[in-house]
Amino acid sequence: MSKTHTIRKGLNLPMVGAPSTQVEDFPLGTSFAVNPDEFVGVAPKLSVKEGDTVKAGQAIFFDKKDARIQITSPVSGTVRAIVRGAKRRLDQIQIEADATTSYHDFGKGLPKDAEAAKATLLASGAWTLLEMRPFARVANPDDAPKAIFVNGMSSAPFATEASIAIAGREEAFTAGLKVLNLLAPKTVLSLHAEESAPVLTQATGVEIHRFSGKHPAGNTSVHIAALSPLNKGEVIWAISAQDVAIIGDLFLKGHYCLDRILSVAGSGINAPHYFRLRGGMNLATFFAANGKKGAYRYISGSVLSGQSIGAEGYLQLNSQQLTVIPEGQGTDFMGWVLPGFGKFSNSRTFMSWLSPGKKYDLTTKLHGEERAFVVTGQYDQVFPFDIYPNQLLKAVWAKDLERMEALGIYELAPEDFALCEVICTSKQPLQHMVREALDLLHTEMN
Amino acid sequence: MKFIQNIFDATRPAVTTGKLKPLYPLYNALETMMFVPDHNAHSGAHVRDAIDLKRTMVTVIFALVPALLFGIFNGGYQHYKALGLLNEAMGWGQFFTLDNFIFGAWKIVPMIAVTYMAGLGVEIYFAGINKHPVNEGFLVSGLLIPMTMPIDMPLWMVAISTIFAVLIGKEVFGGTGMNILNPALTARAFAFFAYPSFMSGDKVWVNTTVEAGQTVVDGFSGATALGQYATTGSTSFGAWDAFLGLIPGSIGETSTLLIVLGGVYLIATGIGSWKIMLGSTLGAVAMGLLFNWAAPHMITESQQQFMSIPFYYHLVFGSWAFATIFMATDPVSAAHTERGKWIYGFLVGFLGIMIRVFNPAYPEGMMLAILFMNVMAPMIDHYVVNANIQQRLKRSKA
Repeated sequence: MSKTHTIRKGLNLPMVGAPSTQVEDFPLGTSFAVNPDEFVGVAPKLSVKEGDTVKAGQAIFFDKKDARIQITSPVSGTVRAIVRGAKRRLDQIQIEADATTSYHDFGKGLPKDAEAAKATLLASGAWTLLEMRPFARVANPDDAPKAIFVNGMSSAPFATEASIAIAGREEAFTAGLKVLNLLAPKTVLSLHAEESAPVLTQATGVEIHRFSGKHPAGNTSVHIAALSPLNKGEVIWAISAQDVAIIGDLFLKGHYCLDRILSVAGSGINAPHYFRLRGGMNLATFFAANGKKGAYRYISGSVLSGQSIGAEGYLQLNSQQLTVIPEGQGTDFMGWVLPGFGKFSNSRTFMSWLSPGKKYDLTTKLHGEERAFVVTGQYDQVFPFDIYPNQLLKAVWAKDLERMEALGIYELAPEDFALCEVICTSKQPLQHMVREALDLLHTEMN
Repeated sequence: MKFIQNIFDATRPAVTTGKLKPLYPLYNALETMMFVPDHNAHSGAHVRDAIDLKRTMVTVIFALVPALLFGIFNGGYQHYKALGLLNEAMGWGQFFTLDNFIFGAWKIVPMIAVTYMAGLGVEIYFAGINKHPVNEGFLVSGLLIPMTMPIDMPLWMVAISTIFAVLIGKEVFGGTGMNILNPALTARAFAFFAYPSFMSGDKVWVNTTVEAGQTVVDGFSGATALGQYATTGSTSFGAWDAFLGLIPGSIGETSTLLIVLGGVYLIATGIGSWKIMLGSTLGAVAMGLLFNWAAPHMITESQQQFMSIPFYYHLVFGSWAFATIFMATDPVSAAHTERGKWIYGFLVGFLGIMIRVFNPAYPEGMMLAILFMNVMAPMIDHYVVNANIQQRLKRSKA
């Protein structure tokens, strides 16, 4: 029987626009694109040129530093355009999809050993579903992780529920877990305390741990800290439950297919619910059909750590959800003095704290300007780690690598600072700072 | 509101590209004060809390207002009382009068204005040099500084103390958020050591300017309660009057009741650290009780008397309450770790009471105790954080 870990610190953003559990298919369309930016730590080098034809699962670019790590096409079709930015930086690879996807065949059947599993995962591009800790970047195939953490309970606002995402894919999920078991001595599946889907609660070959509490109770870093804290030199790989099913299907069917069931939510969506979408697809028709008219922020991912993609953007290849919220507009007369009944704040400086259950139509407004760090003890309220966030962030700010290390930066990912960033009085870009620090540490160490 | 926005829109070109470019920090400060700007989150989290530094600072100002208003009334009340113009039997009817308010405001409002002009002048100048917006920290410091001064402080001394505090206490360390000492207390300490005859003794706490036909009543002493204790070992003021605030003292420090009310507001809004406030209370009580225990063993009689007063007297006389609630809790100069705040707060109270009793030259021990603990706070944090680091290293070796 699994034990429930209660996470006492955190914050669930009280937002309107939660998704219903209904699942709908949406036509994928023929316009796809991949942004290499999405893959942290990958220095992209093209393996295709404009006009080439590709099958789903065939490489379109790979990592200069480790050619085994490839990013593959989500569809079969023709490379329509390669978009470069300043200094010929690779920004986007656009693909015109065939009417029906033809998949590259990786062969059916579960792998015999870790080597075989790795080979197929790398060749298919499924390897990029694994994120490593420390550094929160694409896993390094040469590492020997002490465990793989499967996240079955994201707690970000409107996060896709694992049980809905893998409903009907039970066999694939189970097969995926078997594959992961070959790669590390231990596989941990973390579930919400109230999770009842048998495919998750009765999963075999894994250690099941349950967590309850407000966000970030569902962040993998929190699970790692509670179960197997990461020491210097150790590595853990992390993956979402739905992506385990994708890996399972890769071995059962021989196809790498990035169809996912995603929560599509936020007050910018007419009727928020779940959709079956494919990573890389263009969302212009999707938003036109399901989104509201007006100035909205279209986010591939969660409001906390997702990427803004615009109304005509492309779904990120490995996004786990989609969120649409209103853009903030206009100034706020004397907003810093007035009582503020309708303003959301985790502090109690606005009168709105008198109505605790209230939900807000939160916009992208910054509510102020960037300032120096002044307030202390604020981050601690939403930061459930045995780590001093202010001190760590100051080390990050000063680029003091030894101190960051001593204060435990290896145990964290940028997303763990998302709530700190939300409630930050000084409006400091914390996730960006931590991302840069982790990249700097990684460069220094390799 | 539209017409205010129009004024800003019309003048913007002059300060962004035109001749008045050096005034941009001032312009920006004024505009963002009128309107929270329409900036949106572009990196990281897409939604943000409504709180910003202005809101944080204005919350502290709200908390200070009751004590400030009381201080204004008290300025007039103490003056007219010294001149024997009050009918003591009327009690509170003699306190909240228009005369008292006008007299106090006539003295105190210029001090506040001078403090803000001097301090913000330096802040805006440095904002221009360092090309960053004006930080809001001085909104609170600018009100705290006059509230810690005696009512008769000459305005130019207030201005010089303020400029010293902002320059040496804050800007040389890198501005808001980087300072080691509490800027408001730095100003007070500067005034205290530079102009001692205006900051201590028994002549400065009550305004005794007489007009034709007026005289100061016989036997009047303008000494504060702590001043009396330090010289005679006893006080003529009752603890109840001190709790309510009907005693001479620095402008904002006298009414323990209203200061505590402000403290409750700071704790309720989460802006002031209750750990520091409670820590300081425990420290002051501990020192008070320790004195009670040690009093019989002291040599001089006045010390025996001062040390044997009930411990709670220390909480209502002098600036303990004001210092604990508004000065010690400055997040930048206090300890930054939650565990450190307990230690820091406790020592502020403990040392403050110790200095005030042991050193008759400094009846205001709280100021020195907080400045000392400001300097010590990084060390407290160092040990607290180091424990965490050691624990991580130990786990890593295990």
